Amino acid sequence: MEDRVLVVGGGAAGMEVAGRLARSGYKVTLTEKESLTGGHIRNWFHLFPDRRDSLEVLSYLENQVDHGNITLLTSTDVEGIETRHGSFLARTADDREIEADAVVLATGFDLFRSERKEEYGYGIYDNVISSADLEIMFRKGEIRRHDGEIPQKIGFVHCVGSRDEKVGNVYCSKLCCVAAVKQAMEVREYLKDAKVFCFYMDIRMGGALYEELYRESQEKYGVNYIRGKVSEIAENINGRLIVKVEDTLAGRPLKMELDMLVLMAGMEMSEGGRKIAEYAGLKTGENRFFAPADHHFGSNRGNLRGVFYAGTCTAPMNITESISHARAAAADVIEYLSNGRR
Amino acid sequence: MKAEGKKRVWADYQKDIADDHFFYVRSCIRQTFFPGSEQFFLHLMRKVLGKDVLENPSHTSCTGIGYHSDIVPLRTIMAVVARHFALMKESGYKNIAISCVTSFGIYTEILETWKHFPRELEQTREDLFKATGREFDIPENVAHTSDIIFKFRDEIAQKAKYRLVNRDTGKPLRGVEHIGCHYAKMFPKHGVGGAEFPRVLSGMIESWGGEIVDYPERRHCCGFGFRQYLVQANRGYSLSNTAKKFESMKPFRPDFVLTNCPGCNMFMDKWQYTIKEMDGTVYGEKGESIPILTYEELAGLVMGYNPWDLGLQLHMVQSEPLFRKMGIEFNPDDKYKTKDGRQMPVPQNLINS
Amino acid sequence: MEKFGFTLLKARFIDYDANDRSIAEFIYSKEPSFRVCIECGCCAATCTTGKYTRFSLRELNILMKRGENSLVRNKIRECMLCGKCTLVCPRGVNTRNVIALAREAYRKEQDNAV
Repeated sequence: MEDRVLVVGGGAAGMEVAGRLARSGYKVTLTEKESLTGGHIRNWFHLFPDRRDSLEVLSYLENQVDHGNITLLTSTDVEGIETRHGSFLARTADDREIEADAVVLATGFDLFRSERKEEYGYGIYDNVISSADLEIMFRKGEIRRHDGEIPQKIGFVHCVGSRDEKVGNVYCSKLCCVAAVKQAMEVREYLKDAKVFCFYMDIRMGGALYEELYRESQEKYGVNYIRGKVSEIAENINGRLIVKVEDTLAGRPLKMELDMLVLMAGMEMSEGGRKIAEYAGLKTGENRFFAPADHHFGSNRGNLRGVFYAGTCTAPMNITESISHARAAAADVIEYLSNGRR
Repeated sequence: MKAEGKKRVWADYQKDIADDHFFYVRSCIRQTFFPGSEQFFLHLMRKVLGKDVLENPSHTSCTGIGYHSDIVPLRTIMAVVARHFALMKESGYKNIAISCVTSFGIYTEILETWKHFPRELEQTREDLFKATGREFDIPENVAHTSDIIFKFRDEIAQKAKYRLVNRDTGKPLRGVEHIGCHYAKMFPKHGVGGAEFPRVLSGMIESWGGEIVDYPERRHCCGFGFRQYLVQANRGYSLSNTAKKFESMKPFRPDFVLTNCPGCNMFMDKWQYTIKEMDGTVYGEKGESIPILTYEELAGLVMGYNPWDLGLQLHMVQSEPLFRKMGIEFNPDDKYKTKDGRQMPVPQNLINS
Repeated sequence: MEKFGFTLLKARFIDYDANDRSIAEFIYSKEPSFRVCIECGCCAATCTTGKYTRFSLRELNILMKRGENSLVRNKIRECMLCGKCTLVCPRGVNTRNVIALAREAYRKEQDNAV
């Protein structure tokens, strides 16, 4: 068997699907635009729901792609994919040509750029940070305000760039709620006396053990939840942040001063994925992610025969789901190639 | 606060502002309560910058105040605005320069309405033709007059006699900028710098040597609110919103407030007097109130014009504290004299004077 | 007011930082289950008192947590302590004890004031 598969994107889904296919005897080329594989996991410290160190998952994935059948091309942008006599020819930015019998797109997601919610002043107010910025602080083991002070009152703003027509994202990113709960608990562990507030529209705890985590955050960590989306952030003369939010459960607007605010950035179709969709003629949904051929039993296939999807390039997913989705993609590719490319 | 972040926002809201040949439409409030501003705008544009600005005496109120108070229906105000466009067409002009934020909001909202609902545009053409026999074109460029001053802010800075710098300390004066709700909240893309971190006034203040105060309630309404102040019993809502802003800016010790909108200027000015009368509260330093200026007044001051020619004595809160900080020479005896030197009556209970 | 015919109004917003939230803190310390309330409203939906009067334990819970005590102080006494709310609570909040503790806390507050 000499079938060759191109996997675009070296995050969790891409690494998992590459590893599975390699072990089944396929020659796999795995491309990654960054210099290192691992995608967003590399920027995360602890994972929900069990607070495991992300490095453990990363080392599992690195182990998956450590196989003789895999050619790993990092710092590589795929700039074109063409169909040729039932197979594919991909071109990279550095003019390399990759031939393949099937293509798996695992182009993942981009974090919503929080500065697009202008009213939150990300990139303007010193102590408005994103959920990703907070993970970097966790990794360093130090949560500090811009002026070096230790924050005592910290807020989390849910749904930044999700469920928001103003930024063109009508969908729920699904993971930001549980990420906020996890981060709120971690903040309380680092800063024993800190007060922590989550500003939310709905608490969406759809995954395994998420609701339990939410309850634990209230019961053991004293995290405060205020139902209402923050409408505006400003800075007072002491460099403290003022949030304006409607406390929808009290039915009145509420004003609060905070030392630091964390914006729970949502997930968007990656820029890389968007370009591929454009030049390869792949359909995307209203949410701009790749549109699956069928929502129930065809989520790894799209509108182009021989092109498969794995992971968050189709919708927001957590790591567990991305890996499962990648395994399903591998199974689908194998079936396709061993079944006369159907 | 990071200046770079604001620059990134401003880059997203660049506005195309015409360079010359403006059809000028006045503001009801400004030409009545502080007419020096419009007078100076015309002087600056024509005599100093050498621009062509036309005023048509047949121009009327845009009826925006009536519209926002549920007195003038939408169809009527569309016909009024269309008539102004017709006057512009007849005079051979394509760039409109609007002297009022309420009008600017009315014009932009109506133009946007016509874009999305072409039938409304056709209806308006028909209404105007039937009523007046006039026809109109959509303007090529719509600018608020502050947009135009913003565009020429550096030319003004080059001609400046004074800077927005405290003469005694050498430090930049602190200015609060207030762009007014209808300038950019409805259509951020039509405002210089957008709605959240607007650039139109802050650009002037910085260009003329001052420093911007960014206080928590900066984005809040001035309290004008049309219906709130038209009915006496409702004025508490208007007054309280103004008070909320002043309480929020007070700790920053601003030296002046620069306004975009006639209504904001009037209410931030007159409600300071009212609050002082009610419970003695003042928001400036040393028991003084904070002077509220229009962009033309501020431009005129830095360019060294006589404050009394700019009409600064017509505000409720007097601007003398600002003159002293800037080192502006002025003669208090001339304050209420006519052009030919006759003494007019002097108002009682002036603030800061 | 006489002079102008209008006056400055008190703002409606909840001033979280200025409000006294010690009543809620007291309840948290004695009845930790008060923390896990998710404001679902089961308690208020089933409440005998709330059926005919404007009494909602859900609302009073949130108001205590925000320190809006003036709206709760007397209202909390209207409960008849039948216990149906505790029976239906999906989070297992001991709502009867929450009410009892709230009454105790407000009574103490009053005594101290006197």
